[in-house]
Amino acid sequence: MPKWFNPAAVVCSLMFAASPFFIATSPDEKDLGMVFKIFYYHMPSAWMFLLSAIVCGVASLRFLFSGDPRRDRTAVSAAELTVLFGVITLVTGPLWARRSWGTWWIWDARITASLVGWMIAWSYLIVRKYGGPGSDKLAAGLAIFGMANVPFIYISVNFWRTIHPATTVVPKLPVDMSWRLWWCVAMFTLLYVLLLKLRVHLEQQRSRVDALYLAVEG
Amino acid sequence: MTLVRRVMVVLLLALAPSIMAPVVHAQAPAEQQGEFVPAESLPQRERMPAAPLLISAYAFVLLALFAYVVSLSRRIGAVNADLSRLESEIKRGNRA
Repeated sequence: MPKWFNPAAVVCSLMFAASPFFIATSPDEKDLGMVFKIFYYHMPSAWMFLLSAIVCGVASLRFLFSGDPRRDRTAVSAAELTVLFGVITLVTGPLWARRSWGTWWIWDARITASLVGWMIAWSYLIVRKYGGPGSDKLAAGLAIFGMANVPFIYISVNFWRTIHPATTVVPKLPVDMSWRLWWCVAMFTLLYVLLLKLRVHLEQQRSRVDALYLAVEG
Repeated sequence: MTLVRRVMVVLLLALAPSIMAPVVHAQAPAEQQGEFVPAESLPQRERMPAAPLLISAYAFVLLALFAYVVSLSRRIGAVNADLSRLESEIKRGNRA
């Protein structure tokens, strides 16, 4: 692991430890009330979900064109993180919606597209696990579709009628809310980088094991 | 049509809007928010129902992340064990 990994992990842990205090002291929102505070973890995890789908898609594209196994390792690692941050987004969202909209779920464009994006990431992993020889390239195609879905998820609230908050809520946040949000965004981004690094390391070790098995059998 | 049936149909038609009104009202979509505004103060009754949802959301996030980190470290541990076993097997094979 690189030298920066352990200090970065300590910084990330300290940021996570401090975040509940910042969130607890954050002002409530005028219409949503206290449940608004779910936003501080919901939105950064949603951004990591989208970022991860992009990382997976770009790595898959590069793998398809270059055949470089390092890109494939990055893609499979990012797909797993897409599933992780996707489930966090898709669980915390309904918990927020139940209180603020009076329903757990609505089939609006953003939520439906997010569910589809999350299922694409799942299907990537399923294809990789059970698809047999050649599944890496097939899965890479799926990852490209997953990446193409990301801009649609992001902008959909501005184009289709929905009660999901528009993308303008973030730039318009008052300072006492926005610094807490950016704290959480930085914290989740750092966590994402650390988890991706660890997950890629696992894939590297697995390929070393495969090479050694071949050497032993040969 | 008998008189009773006619009266029932008329009554049903007359009452239908008032029966359906709450349903229609409940299904009317809320307004989309364009910005979040901090509240000066909230009555206590507004705060309480949100607490279980808020706590559940944060507990779920932390548990999911913790479970993933544990699963990842166990997988890395297992692969590292395989790696050392294979490396020692290869060394023994080379010596022999």
